[in-house]
Amino acid sequence: MSIFFAPQLSRRALAVWQRNFLVWKKLAIPSVLGNLADPMIYLFGLGYGLGGLLPHVGGVPYIVFLAAGTVCSSTMNAASFETLYSGFSRMHVQKTWEAIMNAPVSLDDVVAGEWLWAAAKATLSGAAILVVIAALGFVHSPLALWALPAIFLTGLCFSAMGLIITALAPSYDFFMYYFTLLITPMMLLSGVFFPIEQLSAGIQAASHLLPLSHSVQLIRPLLSGTVPATAALNIVVLFGISIAAFAAALVLTRRRLLS
Amino acid sequence: MEALTSPLAVDSLRKSYAGREVVAGVSFKLAPGECFGLLGPNGAGKTTTLRCCLGLTPPGAGSITLNDEPVPARARQARERVGVVPQFDNLDPDFNCAENLHVYGRYFSLSDAAIRARIPRLLEFAGLAGKADTSIRVLSGGMKRRLTLARALVNDPDLLMLDEPTTGLDPQARHLIWERLKQLLGEGKTILLTTHFMDEAERLCHRIAIMDEGRIIAQGSPRELIAGQIEPQVVEVYGEDAPGWARDEAGRFAKRHEVSGETVFCYVDDAAPLLAHLERKPQLRTLHRPANLEDVFLKLTGRELRD
Repeated sequence: MSIFFAPQLSRRALAVWQRNFLVWKKLAIPSVLGNLADPMIYLFGLGYGLGGLLPHVGGVPYIVFLAAGTVCSSTMNAASFETLYSGFSRMHVQKTWEAIMNAPVSLDDVVAGEWLWAAAKATLSGAAILVVIAALGFVHSPLALWALPAIFLTGLCFSAMGLIITALAPSYDFFMYYFTLLITPMMLLSGVFFPIEQLSAGIQAASHLLPLSHSVQLIRPLLSGTVPATAALNIVVLFGISIAAFAAALVLTRRRLLS
Repeated sequence: MEALTSPLAVDSLRKSYAGREVVAGVSFKLAPGECFGLLGPNGAGKTTTLRCCLGLTPPGAGSITLNDEPVPARARQARERVGVVPQFDNLDPDFNCAENLHVYGRYFSLSDAAIRARIPRLLEFAGLAGKADTSIRVLSGGMKRRLTLARALVNDPDLLMLDEPTTGLDPQARHLIWERLKQLLGEGKTILLTTHFMDEAERLCHRIAIMDEGRIIAQGSPRELIAGQIEPQVVEVYGEDAPGWARDEAGRFAKRHEVSGETVFCYVDDAAPLLAHLERKPQLRTLHRPANLEDVFLKLTGRELRD
């Protein structure tokens, strides 16, 4: 008996996506506002409060610098919360996945549906911030539209990583480790709040291994109207981590639920 | 004719968890249109057997054919024509009754129009006709079970698998579920259910397999099992002196007897001599009744608790 086999995927994964979308629709407005409020408070608080003390950062006012980082970190947070807390509720507490698997839907379909759903929801979260900062006049170039696929790719990457943690989690408490040991340090080391050039050479090198830094390197130039210098590398890394993490999440979820 | 093939055939099924064999060589075959019951104490391997049949866990050994498809190889295709009522309710708490059915229908690739057309009939079947927009959070346990049954019918399956469908329900709710299951049998559906309620098995099932410790230890119709496995008459003797009486005298009148607390169960072919004897013992109360499935079950699986 093996948990290592090619993914058994079908269009029924979309029915899983639709299920989550229908639940979200019922609470769409508070959900979007909730996703916006927290990053906006940080953006304005730090952007204007701290930004007032600073000269231009990365050649732009600090709030503009921070706005691009906030798009990335909000996308990451939305993807992580959706796959960890909401995903765990559906998998473990409500047994929604079990119910779905009694129908002709494979576990792989369920995980794929969850993955695409969390990535979509994260994209909405990142895009909502993008809309707000564009309305505030911080975005000047149509190149910013290319940030949307980059946000989606960021969502895919962090959703897949979140699904790994969900597959391993004994309870909700477990997620604290992921946030405090991985997500929070990543936010500080990926150039969201300050340019990574501020960091020592060793830490800078380590920063290049973090998916969030690739997301920031991709999205910040797009919002300021330049083509990202390392776009190909950034896309390959984010895409590669997405696929590898999704494959790992599949195997770990099979081990958890199909034994 | 398609109807002549078995909806579910299980042969020499085995399944181990961490070196412990939970299913240890189970074989059975369902006939189209029958109700087949897997009866056994907790931990007998009933739920694991069902999970294997649905392709939700790979068997250690043996073969399973569900709706003419090999399982687990083509389990997804096999499940197209199966409806499942799980042991624990897993309705979607975020949805109302109609949405629960609608969303579930999509997992079978049914069109929204087709599902919408079925929902009123399904709700009516579940006795939830006016409750399409009611949140499932406010439904009673019995209503939830009935909605789960309706959900299992959304794809109009040929075979229904129910894992302890009435556990935790009050008698009114149980009778209503039984009545609905009989209605489904009348429509020609095949049912596989697990239970540890003897009356449920006796009322609903055409055939029963009694499972214990991962094996089927007896199989047949309720009547055959009672006739073949046990003496036809039971005399229950109660009272403080009953255990003492059992030790000294029960053996003279009953082929077989069992003591449980202050009750003695005497299994006899002819109860008359025992009853005549007991009439002279006014301190002992008696109940004379025909043997039933519970007697068979307790004889085969013992009286010890299975926790």
